[in-house]
Amino acid sequence: MATTTMTQTETLVGKRVRRREDPRLITGTATYVEDIQMPGMHYAVIVRSPHAAAKIRSINTKQAGAAPGVMAVFTGKDTAKVGPVPCGASLPGLRVPHHHILATDRVYYVGHPVAVVIATDRYLARDAADLVEVDYEVLPAVSDPEKAQAKGAPAVHPEWPDNIAFNFHQEGGEVDKAFAGADVVVKQRITSQRLIPMAMETRGVVAEWHGADRQLNLYTSTQVPHLVRTLVAMMLGLEENRMRVITPEVGGGFGSKLNIYAEEALMGFVAMKINKPVKWIESRRENFMCTIHGRGHVDFYEVAAKRDGTIVGIKLKIIQDLGAYHQLLTPLIPTLSVLMMPGVYRTRNVRADIVGVFTNCMPTDAYRGAGRPEATHGIERMVDILAAELKMDPADIRLKNFIGKDEFPYQTGTGLMYDSGDYAAPLKKALDKVGYVKLRLEQADARKQGKWMGIGISTYGEICAIGPSPATPAGGWESATVKIDPSGKVTVMTGACPHGQGEETTFAQIAADELGVGIDDVLVIRGDTAIVQYGIGTFGSRATAVGGAALYYALQDLKAKIKKFGAMLLESEDVTFTGGQVVCNRTGKSKPVAEIAAASYRALKLPPGTEPGLFATRFWEPPNFTFPFGAHIVVSEIDGETGEIKIRRYVAVDDCGNMINPLLVEGQVHGGVAQGLGQALWEQVVYDDNGQLVTGELMDYAVPRAHMMPWIETDHTTTPSPVNPLGVKGVGEAGTIGCSPAVVNSVVDALSPLGVRHIDMPLTPEKIWKLMAGGK
Amino acid sequence: MNITVKINGKSYSHEVEPRLLLIHYIREVVGLTGSHVGCETSLCGACTVELNGKAIKSCTMFAVQANGASIVTIEGLATDGRLHPMQEAFWNEHGLQCGFCTPGMIMASKQILDHNAAPTEEEIRHGLEGNVCRCTGYQHIVNAVKTAAAGAGK
Repeated sequence: MATTTMTQTETLVGKRVRRREDPRLITGTATYVEDIQMPGMHYAVIVRSPHAAAKIRSINTKQAGAAPGVMAVFTGKDTAKVGPVPCGASLPGLRVPHHHILATDRVYYVGHPVAVVIATDRYLARDAADLVEVDYEVLPAVSDPEKAQAKGAPAVHPEWPDNIAFNFHQEGGEVDKAFAGADVVVKQRITSQRLIPMAMETRGVVAEWHGADRQLNLYTSTQVPHLVRTLVAMMLGLEENRMRVITPEVGGGFGSKLNIYAEEALMGFVAMKINKPVKWIESRRENFMCTIHGRGHVDFYEVAAKRDGTIVGIKLKIIQDLGAYHQLLTPLIPTLSVLMMPGVYRTRNVRADIVGVFTNCMPTDAYRGAGRPEATHGIERMVDILAAELKMDPADIRLKNFIGKDEFPYQTGTGLMYDSGDYAAPLKKALDKVGYVKLRLEQADARKQGKWMGIGISTYGEICAIGPSPATPAGGWESATVKIDPSGKVTVMTGACPHGQGEETTFAQIAADELGVGIDDVLVIRGDTAIVQYGIGTFGSRATAVGGAALYYALQDLKAKIKKFGAMLLESEDVTFTGGQVVCNRTGKSKPVAEIAAASYRALKLPPGTEPGLFATRFWEPPNFTFPFGAHIVVSEIDGETGEIKIRRYVAVDDCGNMINPLLVEGQVHGGVAQGLGQALWEQVVYDDNGQLVTGELMDYAVPRAHMMPWIETDHTTTPSPVNPLGVKGVGEAGTIGCSPAVVNSVVDALSPLGVRHIDMPLTPEKIWKLMAGGK
Repeated sequence: MNITVKINGKSYSHEVEPRLLLIHYIREVVGLTGSHVGCETSLCGACTVELNGKAIKSCTMFAVQANGASIVTIEGLATDGRLHPMQEAFWNEHGLQCGFCTPGMIMASKQILDHNAAPTEEEIRHGLEGNVCRCTGYQHIVNAVKTAAAGAGK
């Protein structure tokens, strides 16, 4: 048998290896859902409610059904027996509205799906969708979570006139005592506005039903293929093993595809009805209306401290705008904010209350950071407000309150156990890098000249590697399989289903190093439930920290087996596995992995108690989350005439533990910062008082573009995590979490001579100009 | 209407509806799915192709308007199995993550260098204004365009 496997002497982990997924992406030959074509394929267009709240009096589909090319039209009556869109969260007393895949008698938000038109051609389907007549009785709507709690506000769900889905309380330590004994208490209302995740690829589904086999193939752009399989099969009443979910190339998710959507079940339903493959591709407008939104917080903070700046307690009330329904994790997201509320600071005296409020809007759910950017923004703003109150330097007050590097593992007042950390290290590095002392002198000069210059610091901590199973709604483990073929080629199958993060490269680096083979001999497969063992998915910066660890352990199992076969072939018990060879320590004779693989499948002889083949699967349950951290510093200048903000310097020093591939880590930080900056400066979902989505297009919703972004100076400190054998912490969300408070702190600092203490995001020039005009 | 267009050096002739968008013609009639639909309103640039030497957004142009034109899509950049220097630069500099904006982004980047062999960072960023990337924060894309420019100047 051919043994072409190269052995690897140079290690790859820690190197800036360029990505192995890129050749197909840069040549336009990758396959996203929309690229899938099948014989007899039909196209679906969904008719959606133009009203935020209305009763459906009647739906007339006759004309649409008779239009050219139309094969079928379905409404909520047809799909009423399909199970509800699931909410995976359970909180005590949680009110869960029944979430039909198509509206039955009432619509609850603009974009609510009402009917679906199926035609032979996408243009014809769109034509026919315009012919579906829906008679609505428009009802008053409420789109603001504070107004929704007022007496007499329109009820989103008539059965719950107070619009409250849940109340949640958590506390630790002795909060009342801490506040009573404090020298100073600072209070602030801080919002974290609704955002649109805006993955470049909108959602899309292709469903294909093989009736004779009772087999449904569902191609969907998701972060969680196995969860889609379990839950959509349940919704459709289909046996789970008769359903295959395939996730081809995914054009970005950022949490928005960590969900189970009505359209996924709807396309399954349609394919089973019409016995033809059906494709639905979300338009960008639908994506803005009907894919989950992020954030949507109104927070009320109180921080108590001693005169020397020591923080002694934190109180937080969160109003969470839930939207009209619970999507998969909707109610859970603000509870992550509560867990993260003390940030990187020592105090254990914390009290938090959440009220989850229904509004006639698209549900909120996990968007990059999911609850942690809100918490970080809150505490980092409050620390600056406290520093201003006490006339302390914002760097000094942070250094004073950090959990010390010798205090880990550290039990927080919110019940977490921070794994490892050295919070002063990235802050000091960032201060040095930016030239903090000099900058403060420059700022004093600039102020004398009437210029507006600000320096903003954020020192964030976050929860990653989500997470131990008891702390998650669907299992917090991850799976990996490694197999070596008879020819010695290696295949890794990860349940984590990465989608753009680059694990086809980083996992190959890990496997190549462990097995001592060339990276080109390793193939990483994800995203097909018929091929890959059950997995959880990629979200919460978990793919490498949990999925990579599962891979590491599977590799150890495989190495042990390789060693056994090698020992047998070398007829020696005294062997070492190194550099892709099993070596006899006495004779120096060796057998390469490829030859061992061939022998393991040929199986003429087997080591005692050993099965043929080289194959190992591990489902790894992490003992804890990981807790990355870092410091971001922003130097800003404000144009006094226009209120425009210029970011002069952006310094990000992140600690994500060990880095498998620093090039990819940089990419994650840059992208994360861009989304944080988007929230801080430009992005905002606006619903008017009637629940109309005003920011329904890219024309009205300002995502960062190349010319809007500053140069990001990245650096790192490295504090390995003890939670997993790779020592990695995760970095997918760090940039987003660290960014927004650094930006706002910088701008508030610039405007502090005017007595400005807080500004809510986004910091539009108009808002800044008004503040400056008012101060003059 | 019958149209004839040259795409990536190959001539195509088809009977098309007047309302068929050029991007749908390229993707679904000709079968070149590298160019993507990201917004349908010419705001995101995922559908950027080169038409008669100019980068255009093919989602807001009708196929019939392209009659007689010569088009280059992402699939036409590599020649004889060798990547175009801009493709190579995006790969080397990690100028992409999910890859969805990438074909349009590479076509727009190529256009920048077609007009200006040694652009400044500001000129590169300005040249990419019409293309949205949600993954990279643009920095590695800027690096890619810089390296491609430096490589071409050698």
